Amino acid sequence: MAIKPIEKPSSFFPFRIVFEKRLKEPAHWVPFFVSLLAIIIALILSGGLIQIAGGDAIKSYSHIAKASFGSIGVFSDTLVKATPLILVGLACSVAFRARLWNIGAEGQFFLGAFGASAVVLTPLLPANTSPWIFIPVMMLAGILMGALWGFIPGFLKAKYNVNEIISTLMMNYIAVAWNNFFIYAVWSESGFQMSKVFPKTAWLPRLADYAKEVPAFRGLTTHLGLLFGILASILVWFILYRSRWGYEIRLIGDNPQAARYAGLNITRNTILVMMFSGGLAGLAGMSEITGVVHRLQGAISPGYGFTGIIVAWLAKLNPFAVILVSILFGALILAGREIQPSGIPKMIQGIILVCLIASDFFLRYQIRITRRA
Amino acid sequence: MDFVTILQAGVATGTVLLFATIGEIFAERSGVMNLGVEGMMLLGAMSAFSTAVKFGNPWLGLLVAMISAGLISQIHAFIAIQLQADQVVSGLALGFLATGVSLVLGEGLSKAGTISLLPKFSIPILAQIPVLGPIFFAHQSILVYFGYLLIPASWYYINYTRPGLNLRAVGEYPAAADSLGINIYRQRYFYVFVGGVLAGLAGATISLAIAPGWFSEMTTAGQGWIAVGLVIFAQWDPFRAAFGAYIFGALRRLILDIQGPMVLFGLKNPFYYNPYWGFFLQMVPYAFTIVVLVIGSREAIRKRIGAPAALGLPYIRGERGL
Repeated sequence: MAIKPIEKPSSFFPFRIVFEKRLKEPAHWVPFFVSLLAIIIALILSGGLIQIAGGDAIKSYSHIAKASFGSIGVFSDTLVKATPLILVGLACSVAFRARLWNIGAEGQFFLGAFGASAVVLTPLLPANTSPWIFIPVMMLAGILMGALWGFIPGFLKAKYNVNEIISTLMMNYIAVAWNNFFIYAVWSESGFQMSKVFPKTAWLPRLADYAKEVPAFRGLTTHLGLLFGILASILVWFILYRSRWGYEIRLIGDNPQAARYAGLNITRNTILVMMFSGGLAGLAGMSEITGVVHRLQGAISPGYGFTGIIVAWLAKLNPFAVILVSILFGALILAGREIQPSGIPKMIQGIILVCLIASDFFLRYQIRITRRA
Repeated sequence: MDFVTILQAGVATGTVLLFATIGEIFAERSGVMNLGVEGMMLLGAMSAFSTAVKFGNPWLGLLVAMISAGLISQIHAFIAIQLQADQVVSGLALGFLATGVSLVLGEGLSKAGTISLLPKFSIPILAQIPVLGPIFFAHQSILVYFGYLLIPASWYYINYTRPGLNLRAVGEYPAAADSLGINIYRQRYFYVFVGGVLAGLAGATISLAIAPGWFSEMTTAGQGWIAVGLVIFAQWDPFRAAFGAYIFGALRRLILDIQGPMVLFGLKNPFYYNPYWGFFLQMVPYAFTIVVLVIGSREAIRKRIGAPAALGLPYIRGERGL
């Protein structure tokens, strides 16, 4: 078998450390344990870099913990940040499961926000529409625009074999410029770089809105989007693991050759998966714009689309794990806003992903320590 | 709107893409795809600029940029080559990491003031050539001229030298190369390093010569990703890469300059009177990248040429497969 011994030839050290390819899947707890270890190492490394950059690592970390999990109020804010991450993380998970590298969730998020805003600002529906109509229409618009933004790279991939990594990324930049055009030119409110505030009927309800009935909800910002995220997780899990289509997606992801021989329509599935993925990211944009920002403006995402990639990978593409991981990264994003220098959350995310992908080695290989003869 | 001036500036802008694309060609020819180009370029731009600000010497900045981007590329090399991880995710991870590090270390750098730039000069006789002379050989940064030398040099290196042959062998059929005594791992580490160095050089070209300064993530504005796309369009050939890079450079310049004049081709310039249309102009390079990818992919299918056969695949000694 493939053995790549990394050994230190030393007469004092009577053992040999050999990495061997695992012949069977590791036990259930191993991936979790390895990922946890990777995160801990990543946090230690980031701490070192923060110190070098002139910050205070321990202060930064305790600030992150306090400012995101310290009380019900801030935890509710953490959940708000986690909401788009759940949806975007699911979007990435679905695409990655089919081995389609959709790294355009950021752009699909922006277009989803655009679609939802268009319903209010064009206006497709008058401002006094009942929320029971408003919100579903906006959801639909967001999902459709996101799906459209996923369709283009999916179609190009399926028909012309265009590398989807680059095309989805290019679509991100196009999406930002597209939104900016509407923010600056069309829907600008008296010259400011933002649209007017949406009517209240187009806001996703927050927990705080029910403070009269349930006093404990006072000041809690968590909005209906979180429910979208949780329902979407269940839906994605059901599709991936309990439906025929999900089986096809997984088969294409694991072994495209076998899938082709089995007669699966790869072209159609590529396009559909990209659209599904884009639709989820678009829903994230819709939920953020109607649940938090309440207007269309430029700065609606601190890189949710890219964090979603890390979330999906850390969750090992498991839809339920995506929820938990999103909460952790939501905390990082929430508390990271106040940490100086401001690039730190991005750097920590990068280091986590690096450590995580490196740690996958231990899922494929096992360490064996043998006594030297 | 003087087209010679635009093309002249376009060649300078395209030099950034040229370095990044050729660097990625080297890495991919050895079988390692590195999607961290954007991040490495940012790191190069940031370290070059901050070194130049601190020590007042742009040459030192150039050196630091190349070394730092080269070193950070080795993280990806280790994960992709030694740990046999998925190169797509590993490259993305490197990109995130390098971007984050650049943002942290570049904090406050945008207000750092001015630096002395790398020298600009004209080549005496060549600059006299009508049309081409002023575009390519007049008042260009020294890095632009270095780019001209790099194109044929890397083409010759890849196609006609012994190490170049080894490089191609490692990317096409590592098992065969291994059996001839070529150290696959060492080769791949080296060429990922070369790719990193050139990406760092590309970043330094931005911050020290083409568009001096540090504008955090907008310093590179996706050019690293365009470079990765150009590699596919270029079919892993330096000359085609140069062609693509200069066209993109000219396009970027044209977009900046087209909004200036009030009259365009004797008509009222719509981009001057509706400045917001500029947002659609901003989309052009990115949309054009996608178009170029479609063209490149179709041509690749027609001519039956493709990526290096072992691109993206980890090499495990003694195991079956490429």
